[in-house]
Amino acid sequence: MKFGVIVFPGSNCDRDVAYVTRDLLAQPTRMVWHEETDISDLDVVVIPGGFSYGDYLRCGAIARFSPVMKATVEHANKGKLVLGICNGFQVLTEAGLLPGALVRNRDLHFICDRVSLRVERTNLPWTQLYQTGQVITLPIAHGEGNYYADADTLAQLEDNDLVLFRYEGENPNGSLNNIAGICNIKGNVLGMMPHPERASDPMLGGTDGMKLFEGLLKVAVGALA
Amino acid sequence: MLKYQARIYVTLRPSVLDPAGVAVQSGLKHMGYDNVEQVRIGKYVEVTLDAESEDAARQQLDIICDRLLANPVIENYCFELTQLSEAAGVKG
Repeated sequence: MKFGVIVFPGSNCDRDVAYVTRDLLAQPTRMVWHEETDISDLDVVVIPGGFSYGDYLRCGAIARFSPVMKATVEHANKGKLVLGICNGFQVLTEAGLLPGALVRNRDLHFICDRVSLRVERTNLPWTQLYQTGQVITLPIAHGEGNYYADADTLAQLEDNDLVLFRYEGENPNGSLNNIAGICNIKGNVLGMMPHPERASDPMLGGTDGMKLFEGLLKVAVGALA
Repeated sequence: MLKYQARIYVTLRPSVLDPAGVAVQSGLKHMGYDNVEQVRIGKYVEVTLDAESEDAARQQLDIICDRLLANPVIENYCFELTQLSEAAGVKG
């Protein structure tokens, strides 16, 4: 399973993701500069957290037009796996690969904390190693993680079981329906505000995120199409 | 080619919570301005561009706003367009 981690100017969680996939999971991993256009060698594309283009204008708005995003959309359209974490989630919504938008946190704070999440659905590669309804703990670190979508879009997400992770207990940022992570209808594109890569090494005090990456190794290439 | 300046206003759609606006409103309330009903904070962008005509400029600006400057999921936009004099255009 070959991973690619996209690096935009301002990405800062890219090496954390590569540490998990390359060092902890022992999978081939390539850092992909945002100007690259050929990513056909990759099985999983990860858009990491950070502040692409300084978050100028809106989080993810400028990154969405980087050359590599055209290739990422094609990668997704082939049914291959795309994971957006935090700023990566924002980029995916701006690119139209996922619906809705991430807006300013309800209480205006940048939140850096650990939160409880409920895993809502486990019949997808991302979550197949969790139990349905399992409550896990992952770190969050964001200023604009408040998920917003209009009523129709929200109903569509819920009706099709596209919410994979929901904040359990206190909602940290005001997200509608306590949404922390959603996928597209095919299930091959996941966007989430919490950082599974920061909870994958026991040295860091938590490993609840590791199962997400381990689950991907069980997927035969292209099996989702 | 003619030179135009667009003054673009990007605002959150009314249905989207604007926590910054709420915070400013509460600041105004502390200052004694109890009569301020609502504050909404948006963005102001100035774009100078060359175009064949005012229509062409407007069409291009609509696309620019729709694709990048505003996110139609959460924001509305509007703009005012002024034709700059030749001299002002040269001086930039």
